[in-house]
Amino acid sequence: MELYAQTLTQLQQKLQRREVSAMEITESVLRRIGEVDQQVGSYLLVDVIGARAQAAEADRRLAAGEAVSPVTGIPLGLKDLLSTKGMRTTCASKILEHYVPAYDATVVHRLRQAGAVLTGKLNMDEFAMGSSTENSAFQLTRNPWNLECVPGGSSGGSASAVAADECIASLGSDTGGSIRQPASFCGVVGLKPTYGRVSRYGLVAFASSLDQIGTFTKTVADAALLLSVVAGYDHHDSTSVKEPVPTWHTLLDRDLRSLTVGIPQEYFVEGMDTEVEQAVRRAIGFFADQGATIREVNLPHSDYAVATYYLVATAEASSNLARYDGVKYGYRSPDADGLLEMYCQTRSEGFGPEVKRRIMLGTYALSAGYYDAYYKKAQQVRTLIKQDFETVFSSCDIIVSPVSPTPAFRIGEKVDDPLQMYLTDILTIPVNLAGLPALSLPCGFSKSGLPIGLQMIARPFAEESLFQAAHQYEQATDWHREKPVINGSAN
Amino acid sequence: MDFEVVIGLEVHAQLRTKTKIFCSCATSFGDEPNANTCPVCTGLPGALPVLNRRVVEYAVKAGLATNCQIVNDSVFARKNYFYPDLPKGYQISQFDRPICLGGYLDIKVAGQEQKRIGITRIHMEEDAGKLVHPEHLYGVSYVDYNRACVPLLEIVSEPDMRSSAEAVAYLRALRDILVYLEICDGNMEEGSFRCDANVSIRPFGQQEFGTRAELKNMNSFRNVQRAIEYEVERQRKVIAGGGQVVQETRLWDVEKAMTISMRGKEEAHDYRYFPDPDLLPVQIPAEWISDLGASLPELPQAKKTRFISTYELAEVDAEGLTSSRALADFFEEAVKRFANPKMVSNWVMSELLRYLNDEKTSIDACPVTPAGLAALLAMIEAGTISGKIAKKVFATMYRERQNDPAAIVAAQGLVQIDDTSALAEVVRQVLAANPAEVEKYYGGKQKVFGFLVGQVMRQTRGQANPGLVNELLQQQLDAGRP
Repeated sequence: MELYAQTLTQLQQKLQRREVSAMEITESVLRRIGEVDQQVGSYLLVDVIGARAQAAEADRRLAAGEAVSPVTGIPLGLKDLLSTKGMRTTCASKILEHYVPAYDATVVHRLRQAGAVLTGKLNMDEFAMGSSTENSAFQLTRNPWNLECVPGGSSGGSASAVAADECIASLGSDTGGSIRQPASFCGVVGLKPTYGRVSRYGLVAFASSLDQIGTFTKTVADAALLLSVVAGYDHHDSTSVKEPVPTWHTLLDRDLRSLTVGIPQEYFVEGMDTEVEQAVRRAIGFFADQGATIREVNLPHSDYAVATYYLVATAEASSNLARYDGVKYGYRSPDADGLLEMYCQTRSEGFGPEVKRRIMLGTYALSAGYYDAYYKKAQQVRTLIKQDFETVFSSCDIIVSPVSPTPAFRIGEKVDDPLQMYLTDILTIPVNLAGLPALSLPCGFSKSGLPIGLQMIARPFAEESLFQAAHQYEQATDWHREKPVINGSAN
Repeated sequence: MDFEVVIGLEVHAQLRTKTKIFCSCATSFGDEPNANTCPVCTGLPGALPVLNRRVVEYAVKAGLATNCQIVNDSVFARKNYFYPDLPKGYQISQFDRPICLGGYLDIKVAGQEQKRIGITRIHMEEDAGKLVHPEHLYGVSYVDYNRACVPLLEIVSEPDMRSSAEAVAYLRALRDILVYLEICDGNMEEGSFRCDANVSIRPFGQQEFGTRAELKNMNSFRNVQRAIEYEVERQRKVIAGGGQVVQETRLWDVEKAMTISMRGKEEAHDYRYFPDPDLLPVQIPAEWISDLGASLPELPQAKKTRFISTYELAEVDAEGLTSSRALADFFEEAVKRFANPKMVSNWVMSELLRYLNDEKTSIDACPVTPAGLAALLAMIEAGTISGKIAKKVFATMYRERQNDPAAIVAAQGLVQIDDTSALAEVVRQVLAANPAEVEKYYGGKQKVFGFLVGQVMRQTRGQANPGLVNELLQQQLDAGRP
């Protein structure tokens, strides 16, 4: 098997045993990008020179017997909203098209310290707003399993790059499902850790109280490895939490008989694709077969989650995006006359339609006279949603559900209907409102050959139980071994 | 019709922390533009604020010193508006849950009873940057973000003041407290203590407030007083002329000595406040509050009252001495070594302050130490030198940073002449040399006595013991009386 097609775990072992060099892995990945990225469109920027330099440095560290980490010498991609010092960070927006950050995000800093090879920046929905990556100002990203379909979003590039073997793993961000949904659409493992588990410092904000950096990997074990490198308290982020960071990948084995799995009735919604439902039910059957206790549970406020989310997220976004005013950096309208016109034209020309839509929604929700009816009410409902989960977790270890009501949809299919697009995140959004950890992993394929994802949700900071349950399932199934055929070339 | 004046004040006090409120950049004043900036205070994408613990400490101290209730889970909010020197497009401030609520200050205006002014709230916030408009480049603006993220306290009073004198008394009292706490340098000219005044008038007896104007840009106590007085008069004229006062923001123009309309109410902003999701509520354990309370210094009013009762000083002297913590400390140090408070007070208030003012030196940098002053005063009391000589010695002590007055007296031969026979001889010479004056004295002109004393002092270069000179002169004049 080609090096680029292997998992982080496999490559790390090979590097430790000196069977391959970081440079060989990196060249393999760069070659793969050259072969397929024209079709897939994962990358906004490939840092060939930087990646080779980091690979050389990783090989030097390995040869010198210096302390290495699970990601030393491993090619990883970054969603283009993670600040990279000296490397463009655009958020797939025209307004930041030429913005070069002066500092590294904490996760980027940690990856560099750990000796990772950073291959480049991955496409996304503009400012992480969207569920299909069709909102990128720069390019379309296609689903490696069917180039006519979307990869999901907003971290579509991060998901498609891992699925297409254009990097070994990647980082994305999840505000309402932006990791789990594209992972599900692209047939890879997507992890959204507990809010506060990974520092947000340097993550260009969409909705601060919901945004969370997470991982895209080929296996659950890889997710455990990668998370252990980027997680942990950061004094630059007041909302990051001082929780110990376990070596999760050494704790993957678990007897499932002591596990209680909750099945939320509200998550098997009407209109759900039958193939999706069947695949998820089969996965639940696996846990039952292993002796786990399966329990039907209720999350009664789920109906309000999407509405709540679109008030909280847009309110925060309207404020977070105010800084793109053309004053200090980024795009500035060239022919504006006067300050107000400069602001208005810069923002009119710099932001895409979805971003504008959300800024307007959020501005409205926060405005005098509407605050109590919208923003404040949404925060109250958010508390109820959180309490729903607390109740369920008093008797369950994990909650299992589909990730998305349907497999990947076709490019252009929902572009003109924002509400339909918003509803694709109906099963992932409550997790962000409650700040919980959740994971998406492959649990089947539709007849048309599109991956189907299984969502697992756990208590705050109980990533361990997610990894254990998901790993057991993954060991017993072969879904994660499937590879898409791109451009006539499979592996 | 006669009107009652209603004034409420909003004060912005810049805190004397070494670093900014949400990052570790320096707060120093007057550095190269943008020298003290980082991704956080310039609001770069992805940067996050982290609260400076010292700012919370200072806010709690200010709250305790002004009798406020400390809110132990106050919340930072975002105040959203667009301005080029506001890097994030919002200011991080506190809104509906500020750190301090419901305090007061007692003020005293000369000739009136002491009065209590309510303090509505105190909250923490960040300052914005500064726009620079170069004179030679039309249409170009630069932004200096050194001041962005510098910590401020906003202290909002109740509309309890009824005159410009009360407003100034409140401002002085508030500034004295913040300076005493060593949390603000109180410099109005440099803008580290700035004030906006809400001014309205209403007919006496009316409950509802009149329409108010907000006055800005007053950078001294005198300007606050003048601006309010001008504004009250303006509103009086508007109403007398049958017009209505409009709610607006007005600037105080120092040159023209008048307030000028800056913006009307119709442009009022909707700031769309909401809790900043990047910052957690500020939790202040009760123990921390009590520790900070215990660490508070004696405050100006308490100190003044104690000075009056302990040292039996006049109110005006006690107020002067306690106007600065360092000056009060100087006084008390000197009194410890020379137990005549009245005399120490006189010397500090007259000689010492005169020199400091002339040289624009602060008391902290005073070359004369409390011990030096005490030693000097002891020499006067012991009769070693006269008060007049002491002033000369003091001048030397100040100029040469010499705090051993005895050494100066010895070196310059300034010891008082107590030798009766030597002084009697000088008196004789003076009487002999001024026959005309002696004649006048005998003719009933008592004033001449003083002139003759002066002549003796002159002959002895001021070193004669004045009491002895008086005695000897009287003796000789009486003896020679025709």
